[in-house]
Amino acid sequence: MALLTLSDVTVRFGARTALDAVDLEIAEHETVCVLGPSGSGKSTLLRVVAGLTAPDGGRVLLDGADRTGVPTHRRGVGLMFQDHQLFPQRDVAGNVAFGLRMRGVPRGEQAGRVEELLELVGLPGAGRRAVAALSGGEQQRVALARALAPRPRLLMLDEPLGQLDRSLRERLVVELRGLFGRLGTTVLAVTHDQGEAFALADRVVVMRDGRVAQTGTPVEVWQRPASAFVARFLGFDNVVDATVSGGAADTVWGRIPVPDGSAQGERSVLVRPAGVRLVDPAGALRCTVEARTFRGSRVAVLLRPDGPSGGPVLEAECGLRDAPRVGAAVGVAFAAEDVVVLEGRESGL
Amino acid sequence: MDLTRGEVAGEAASRARPARPGPKGTRPTSKRERAGRAHAVRLALMAVPVAFFAVFFAYPVTAIVGRGLKADGTWQFGRVGEVLSRPDILGVLWFTTWQALASTAVTLLIALPGAYVFARFDFPGRHVLRAVVTIPFVLPTVVVGTAFLALLGRGGLLDELWGIRLDTTVWAILLAHVFFNYAVVVRTVGGLWSQLDPRQEEAARVLGAGRFAAWWRVTLPALAPAVAAAALMVFLFTFTSFGVVQILGGPAYSTLEVEIYRQTAQLLDLPTAAVLTLVQFAAVAAVLAVHARTVRRREGALRLVDPARTARRPRGTGQWALLGGVLATVLVLILLPLAVLVERSLDAPGGYGLGFYRALGSLDASGGTFLVPPLEAVWNSLRYALAATGVALVVGGLAAAALTRRAGRLVRGFDALLMLPLGVSAVTVGFGFLITLDKPPLDLRTSWILVPLAQALVGVPFVVRTMLPVLRAVDGRLREAAAVLGASPLRVWREVDLPLVRRALLVAAGFAFAVSLGEFGATVFIARPDRPTLPVAVARLLGRPGELNYGQAMALSTVLMLVCAVSLLALERIRTDRSGEF
Repeated sequence: MALLTLSDVTVRFGARTALDAVDLEIAEHETVCVLGPSGSGKSTLLRVVAGLTAPDGGRVLLDGADRTGVPTHRRGVGLMFQDHQLFPQRDVAGNVAFGLRMRGVPRGEQAGRVEELLELVGLPGAGRRAVAALSGGEQQRVALARALAPRPRLLMLDEPLGQLDRSLRERLVVELRGLFGRLGTTVLAVTHDQGEAFALADRVVVMRDGRVAQTGTPVEVWQRPASAFVARFLGFDNVVDATVSGGAADTVWGRIPVPDGSAQGERSVLVRPAGVRLVDPAGALRCTVEARTFRGSRVAVLLRPDGPSGGPVLEAECGLRDAPRVGAAVGVAFAAEDVVVLEGRESGL
Repeated sequence: MDLTRGEVAGEAASRARPARPGPKGTRPTSKRERAGRAHAVRLALMAVPVAFFAVFFAYPVTAIVGRGLKADGTWQFGRVGEVLSRPDILGVLWFTTWQALASTAVTLLIALPGAYVFARFDFPGRHVLRAVVTIPFVLPTVVVGTAFLALLGRGGLLDELWGIRLDTTVWAILLAHVFFNYAVVVRTVGGLWSQLDPRQEEAARVLGAGRFAAWWRVTLPALAPAVAAAALMVFLFTFTSFGVVQILGGPAYSTLEVEIYRQTAQLLDLPTAAVLTLVQFAAVAAVLAVHARTVRRREGALRLVDPARTARRPRGTGQWALLGGVLATVLVLILLPLAVLVERSLDAPGGYGLGFYRALGSLDASGGTFLVPPLEAVWNSLRYALAATGVALVVGGLAAAALTRRAGRLVRGFDALLMLPLGVSAVTVGFGFLITLDKPPLDLRTSWILVPLAQALVGVPFVVRTMLPVLRAVDGRLREAAAVLGASPLRVWREVDLPLVRRALLVAAGFAFAVSLGEFGATVFIARPDRPTLPVAVARLLGRPGELNYGQAMALSTVLMLVCAVSLLALERIRTDRSGEF
């Protein structure tokens, strides 16, 4: 049975619909990441589950029991806030022990649990330190320890690593995933950072305008984005409207081969940059190199199709040595294995 | 932060309906039910303050206005026109208005450089001096009047040195008002000025603005709402000025408040007093409405930084001259009157000594002015002020808690209502107490609590103004974090709000205490002859001829000033850098 079930949850703020009939299930021990741009309703989703925002419609079930009207402090879920929200007047131990105190855990037991958690998050012996004296990463760890201390059935994380710098973020993601695996915690996290979501989650839920746009494992979502919106949100820009028939799609970039078994008809297609091959201009789509961006061992090359109806700029990925100069004229061909046929038209975004 | 406006709006909306505990168990509650319950809590919080203001403010004031304007059970609104067409009353109105405008203008002119210096310059003794300039604000108006009398009056310092007497001139009143309100401007404007990010001005300079242009285009617009708010407060305080004008104005000058006192207590002309009360009420309500607007604008989008980062040592002759000028002003305008007051209190007939102070302890020296030795007024005052502080904290604290939960028009009206006692004639309130609280179930005529209740009325606005910004600054998500960790709403308040506002509570208590200690207009009516308070005793002594009475008034004022100053300096130690609007 699912640990958390949202059925048909709707939240409106005035005329704006923040969550529009959202259904979601999370199994025990599963880590789910809700991914979406700002304003897609992902934070509201957490607030509804925590009982901080009352839904206008729908139900929230925890362990199969309807918890929709239960006040926050009786829900027994954990929530780590985006900017931590550590209590400034308490020290680290006071913060971590807060949830235990609220549940009437005996003092002696509290101290042991606090030390255990500080150890777990890599801050052993930091209990007496003032919260204000902590670095961003340390605050993050204290907030995590505080949320974990009462052993919530469900732990929710709002942009867990949002305000940390890149290297720290990458390290913490790995640590968190290991930690959740060890503890067997069920986790619902929201983030706008796809890298974070893919690294952390067993399952990714992409949201858009208060609705679920796609659900799947990180690999599924990455390899087969369902719509032009998801593709673009994941950072793919080579998306065009297309008419698919048989093994090829007609686009402003010419005919593009598509994988076998692709859906047919009026759709849009995504060409991953790796699938944009630079070839001899003769007989191919003619382009001019507009810009080059170094990305470590690879180079992203922006190509402007020639001619009056050349279509939007194409991004290609080349090895460091093969990258053409800015202004060079090149031809472009497409590799079918890096083409994905998406649902709906790009113009219907 | 990737909060979009939508998410922020969503959060605000959800904060307006905080989760309330369900009736035991887990019965699902709808969104509307929850909102209804939050509303009920708000109303419950407001019940005590509303009842307090209804019984001890609205009822006495309405009753006395009714007594003045009603004859044979019907309202005589014609009396308003009659009174307002009398030349003497028009004269009072005109004087009240122009002296308030002039006082405000002079105060701004003198105090704005001070606000700048205290905000932006770092010099030794800055914090102590900032506390010192605040002392006049919490001094009883009677003391302020007495101090200026000692400086400018008959036999005063200027009279002795150069034969100049300024009492019974408008200059004495203006100077006393500047003395009294200097701190309002320094605190309100300087408080914001010290937190304005200097890089804003630097950004303008980099974009090609000159030094003056940068100040004119960037700093001044940011400061304008604070300047306006301070000006309105000064206008309000000087418009309703009583003790200062009563002592310094002589027979020639009287403000509305003084006239209300004269009509009520001396001429027993209640209709005229009632009309004047209404006029003052209307004027004050208008000023408060404008003030509420400017304050709201002040809370708008400004980049604020830690004040410690913006202050630096003055550089160049210009800045040193400015600092010197401000220090000289503080010396002459604020320290000198206080010093002269102390000096006069020690200047006994047989040479300097504590003669006047000793006389305060005995009944014989008062020559029949008092039923008890004047020194007993100290203990009366302290007891009353403590009780008044308690009442003001409970009433004001509950009101502030109710106002923190952001809500609709009803609550905003309540906000303004709380400020009204600052401006409504204290004399009217005092007299209203006498005529309304004299029959069961509220027969308080002989009860000692009557005085603290009246004093608490003026204490409450200070408590609310001090607590509200701090309570509002508590991040709502901190409360949510506590709730998610299992804290019930009451527990959230105890664990999150209370520790954060404890300092503000102390500051509010100090303000309420000082204000109660100095309350004069209402107390003068309701304090029983055998239990005078300090300001009442001072006024009574001043009303009697003779050197001994004068000297005792100075001595008693000094005692009152010391009590106020000590409580204020204690405050300054615990005062956070951002608490309150005074």
